[in-house]
Formats: sequence, C-alpha cells, structure tokens
Amino acid sequence: MGNFEYAPAPESKAIADIKKDYGLFINGRFVASNSKKHFETINPANEEVLAKISLADEVDIDKAVKAARSAYVKVWSRMSGRERAKYLFRIARLLQERAREFAVVETLDNGKPIRETRDTDIPLSAAHFFYHAGWADKLEFAGFGARPKAHGVVAQIIPWNFPLLMLAWKIAPALATGNTVVLKPAETTPLTALLFAEVCQQADLPVGVVNLITGDGGTGAALVKHRDIDKVAFTGSTEVGKLIARSVADSNTPATLELGGKGANIVFEDAPLDQAVEGIINGIFFNQGHVCCAGSRLLLQENIYDEFLGKLQKRMSKIRLGDPLDKNTDIGAINSAAQLSKIHELSSSGQAEGADIWSAPCQIPSKGFWFAPTIFTGVTQAHRIAREEIFGPVLSVLTFRTPQEAIEKANNTPFGLSAGVWTDKGSRILWAGNHLKAGVIWANTFNKFDPASPFGGYKESGWGREGGRHGLGAYLKGAK
Amino acid sequence: MSALNLIDGSEASLRRFLQTLPGVDQIGAQERAAMLGTRSIKTTSKKWAIDRAISMIDLTTLEGADTAGKVRSLCSKALRPDPQDATVPHVGAVCVYSDMVGIARNHLDSIGGQDIPVAAVATAFPSGRASRKVKLQDSRDAISLGASEIDMVIDRGAFLSGQLGEVFDEIRAIKEICGDKVHLKVILETGELVTLDNVRKASYLAMLAGADFIKTSTGKVTPAATAPVVLVMLEAVRDFFEISQIRIGVKPAGGIRSTKDAIKQLVLANEIAGPHWLTPELFRIGASALLNDLLMQRMKLSTGRYSSVNYVTVD
Repeated sequence: MGNFEYAPAPESKAIADIKKDYGLFINGRFVASNSKKHFETINPANEEVLAKISLADEVDIDKAVKAARSAYVKVWSRMSGRERAKYLFRIARLLQERAREFAVVETLDNGKPIRETRDTDIPLSAAHFFYHAGWADKLEFAGFGARPKAHGVVAQIIPWNFPLLMLAWKIAPALATGNTVVLKPAETTPLTALLFAEVCQQADLPVGVVNLITGDGGTGAALVKHRDIDKVAFTGSTEVGKLIARSVADSNTPATLELGGKGANIVFEDAPLDQAVEGIINGIFFNQGHVCCAGSRLLLQENIYDEFLGKLQKRMSKIRLGDPLDKNTDIGAINSAAQLSKIHELSSSGQAEGADIWSAPCQIPSKGFWFAPTIFTGVTQAHRIAREEIFGPVLSVLTFRTPQEAIEKANNTPFGLSAGVWTDKGSRILWAGNHLKAGVIWANTFNKFDPASPFGGYKESGWGREGGRHGLGAYLKGAK
Repeated sequence: MSALNLIDGSEASLRRFLQTLPGVDQIGAQERAAMLGTRSIKTTSKKWAIDRAISMIDLTTLEGADTAGKVRSLCSKALRPDPQDATVPHVGAVCVYSDMVGIARNHLDSIGGQDIPVAAVATAFPSGRASRKVKLQDSRDAISLGASEIDMVIDRGAFLSGQLGEVFDEIRAIKEICGDKVHLKVILETGELVTLDNVRKASYLAMLAGADFIKTSTGKVTPAATAPVVLVMLEAVRDFFEISQIRIGVKPAGGIRSTKDAIKQLVLANEIAGPHWLTPELFRIGASALLNDLLMQRMKLSTGRYSSVNYVTVD
C-alpha cells in the first residue's frame, strides 16, 4: 500500500537578501563599529555562517544614545501623536508586505520552523505595530492623566527566542508613546532587527528615532549603564534580569523586566482530553520550548494519568522534527550550542535525580543543534527539572490529587509568568484563575498572544507588563 | 474490551457509557484541524495522495432526476476515471439510491467492474423520517439488488431528543440485515447534530451498534464534512480501536470538491487515526465533482500544464 510520506516542501531562501556583513544602525544609517570587531551569526540548523555582525562598544553606544536624544528633543517629542501613528502604521504595513522575507530570515537565523515564523512571529509583530499605532493619538484617554509624557530615550534589550516579535513588543509601544529607542538584539539572532532597520528607512522614520546596536552581553551591560538613558526594558533570563535590576538601582532608572518562567499546565479529570494533549504539546514544544511562558510543568490529575500520558506520547511520536524551512516541520533547531548544552545538562540532572526520561522517536540531523521532544515522568517538586527553567523541548510531568493540591504545586515556584487550566467546568476555571499566581492564565488553550492583552510575571518572572493599556504605562512618566 | 462490556443495549447503559467520554473543546479542535490544513503536500507525495484519493471516492449520484442512463454513465466513469490513462485507479465504490442499485451492479459487471462495490443510501435517506419497517425494507431491497454497502442515516430526531436506545436499536437492526457480507456505513448528519460533543457521542453510538464505517453527512445539509468534524470522528475510531481492537472506517462526504480539500482529508486521517486508515477499506470520500478536479491535478503533475475542463469527462 505504501505510506503517506510528505515530500520535502521547503520555503525558498531566494527571497532573503542577507548581506555578508552588517554595521550598526545609528541615526538612520548603517555605520561601522568603533572597535571594528565582528562576530558571526550562524544558522543553527546546519551551523553555516549567515553574516558578519558588528560588535558595538561604549563609543558606539554613546553615539546611538546621542542620536536617540537628538531625535527625541528635535523631532519626536514635538511631533503630534497623530503624526507618530502614521509612521507606526507604515511600519506595520511594510512588515506585512515583506512578511515572507522576514519569516525566511527569522527561520534561518533562529532555527524555528517556517510555519511558526510565517503564522505567528511575523503576523503578530505587524499586529503590535498596528495596535500601538492606534494608541499614539489617544494617550490622554488611556488613564494615565490628561497629558501623559514620554520618558525620552529608552534602552531595550531583547532575547533570541522571538527576535522580531520581541523587537515589536519593545519598539511599537515606545514609539507610540513618544520615546526614542536604542535597541540591542540578541547576539545569536540579530538579522531580523537589521532587516527592520531597512523598514525604518523605507518608512521614512525620522533619523535617530530607532537605533539598533549589535553585540554580546558586554554591549548590553554597557547600554543599560549609559547615563543618558531614561528607561530600560529587558526581556531575557532571570539571571541577566537581576544584573540589570542592580545596575538600574544605582541610577533609579525605571525598568521593565520580562524574565523566565516555569509555567504549570494543569489538566483536570474532566478536561477535553484530545484538545488538552494539543495544548500541552503547544505549551512546551512550540518554538522548541524556547518560550519564557512555556507550560514546562504538566500537572496531571492522578486518576487520568495513564490514559493521558498514553495519548501524549502517541501525539509526540507524530511531531515532525527537521529542516526549519520545510513547511511541514513542527519542531526546528535549538538556537545555539550553548543553549543545547544547557538543555543537556538539566536533562541529565533529571535522570540523575531519578526521573524517567522518554523522547519522541525523531531522526536527529547530523549537523546543527537539535533536541528531540522529551518528557520526564516521576518528577516531584524536589527535582531540579521541576524548578529550573530548561528553555528547551523538555516537559516535566507531575501529578496531583485534588484541585487545591494542583494550585499549591503550580504556585510553588520562584517564577510566576504563565499557567494553563484544562477543564470543562467553567466555575473551576474561574476559581483556579483567582488562586494561581501567574501573570497570564490560559483556560483550555495555551500560548495565545494578542497585542491588546498585557503580558508579564509575578515574582522572579519580572517587573511590569507589556502590551495592552498596561504596557503603555511602562513607557509614560509617572504611570505604573 | 472492559469499557464495551458495560453496554447491554439499554438506554441507561448507553447513556452511562457516553457520559464517560471526554468533552470536545470546539476552539481547540478547530485549531488542530486548521494547523493540519497547512501541511504542504507536494511532488511525489501529492501524486501518491491523488491516486489514493481517487481509489477512496464513493462516486455518488443522489438526485431525484437520476435515470438508468445517468447511473450507467457514472459507473463507466467509476471504472475508468480517465479514458486516456489506464494507470488511473478505479474509484472505491459507486453510491446511488436503492432503486438504482440493480442498474449500477449490472452495468459495472458488464464492463469489467466486478471489483467495484455498489453502495446504496437507505433508511429513508436523507431525512430518515419513516417507520422502522420502511427503513428495513429499503435496506433489504438494496441488498437484494446487489448492494454490498449500505449507507444508512441515523434518526437525528431521536438522538437530539435523548432516545439513544432508539438510535442504537435501529443501527443494530440494519446491521443484522447487512450481516457479515454487506458493509454498513452510518451517516451521522453532523450538520444537524451541530456540536462536536454530539459528533463524538453519535460516532460511539454507531460504532457500538455495529457500524463498519461512520460517515459525516448526506450531502443534503450544510455544513457537511468540515475538518473539525472529521477530526473528531477520526479520534473516535482511533480511540475505539484502543478499547476494542476493531478498526472502523470513516467517510467524509459533502462539500469536498477540490484536490486540496481531498488531500487535507488524507492528512487528517494520516495524522489523527494513523496510516492504517489510508486505504479504501477504512477511508472513503463521498463526492461527485471531486473526481474531475483530482484528474486535472493528476494531468498537471504529469504534463506540467493545466488542461481545460474538456479534457476530463462529464458524467
């Protein structure tokens, strides 16, 4: 009879015009870095070098901050909200027009599947600009006083898991509220930010309003320490978030921090099981698990444990791992060798501490960084894999007996970014929502994002909210 | 078998069993179906899928205006979908009203189509609104004229008013007439059941009562074979196999007109129920216009050019 094998269906790379090397985007132009130092960004799916990227130092940062200050004083702070909105709308439309190009570049640089960049990252990035464009001339009605004021120059540092989307989360509200920006993309994924620089040029955005500096951790540290920064916004690891918190404490600069998580996905006995399985899969294997709000802990009611686990493993066996550019790929490459070794380290600790490991039977490509979708069963609250953020496709399965115990276990973590509740009972959803200590709680779904919905965490998951009306406040003086 | 032993055919036992089934979250089911709809089936896999889809078609004519001539022409097309290309497989079956079964069977036999089964819609298709006696006789007539597959409709009124035993008994009674030789397809008419929870319950009811296939729709009601409905039915046959070791077939019917739609159905079957279901014995597509679109896409794959509609036959 033969089998229904899906032939390769790769998206064409031809649309992506990646240059050999990139400068820094300061004052509306690409300029060479002061240090003349470079680093390489590679495709994590095959380890091929994609481009040479400039390493910004303190001199470059100072230039970028000065450009942003000048643009703020001379142009952007004097411009009406309605005029600012025009630029944001223009950027949003350009992102849509160039969506395929952005999707391909993001997939090449990050390793995530084209299905996700095409259907999630890029459309959501455009949506963030559209949404905030709408706010730009209505800020006086947002509940932050009659004449809300921008901070001035904002330093923004973004992670490698959703490069363009995190850029949009940062730049769109900053610009809508009248701030100018110096943004540093992650070391391993600078390309879509550099492509975004072209979009700024295309949109005729006044020079200096958006400045993009590339570099490593040292560059980011120097940026947040710069004296002429009025606000800091960071998304990334809790470890670096703490360093930034210390750094801004000296200068009393306002900061928003969107950090790690160890989200609990709670499945009650009366859940719609097939959809809950999908939700668990989406919660932990979406973007290779490189998601701060990932549902990395499955809390399963003990009386459905066997049935649910069986369904989950069967479903995991159908996950298609491979070439991220293939339209049928479900799970792509781990973003970097460093991240892969971190996942290996935590995964080994799970085995060493006595949890049972099971991985989906995937063929791992010979080149690049890969990790098969994996679950650990027999995990307890006392295991490292139940407490530390793995940031990879690894799910820890725990059980509970009563709803109270589920909440207790879900909240028993230093983090508090996300949680999921799966049940057919409406009253239980509301009850759980009241008791879970997490910034986002999804009911019978997971990893849903919308620009109108605020996002952020409790405890070590961060400070402040991004998106929605709440997110605007972070970019306005005196507003919380 | 443990779960199945709970069913003694009584209303109470059916209700009890169906209540143990987990609910279906509509949004989640729609999302999963939509995601599978993005699978990109190209080149060799597309060629395979087109031929497989052709071999799974229940080529159908169910009109008040059906005549012997119309049915004979349909049968010829069923055997040789593309008269110029003998490598095109024949379709899965021909599906007609019960009074047309004899004409279809005789014509197929006379042109070398002995292998192609004739399916008859029966039990007061499409509404199912007739006495039990009439429905049974309708099915007996079709079988005596040579039907080897019966596509019966369930009594949706009984189902929606909670008379599960009534629905169950009726399916059983028709299955008894069918015996082991004649395959029974049970049409749920999901467009009238409306909710996916109902689709799952009706699927189980049919499987427990002895259906060989569960089928979405009559084709006379919209919506018909939507992706979320087929998804839920495929989950039902997959899970039923777990508890019974019996594989029940699935037949989406109604509204599947393009090659793209048909391939999406195959992807659903492949990824939800599994590759076992990708045979005409366990998966059929009820359609009429679909066949020509498949043939045109098949020509495009082999020649690289799209032909006009005049290069495929009207039936």
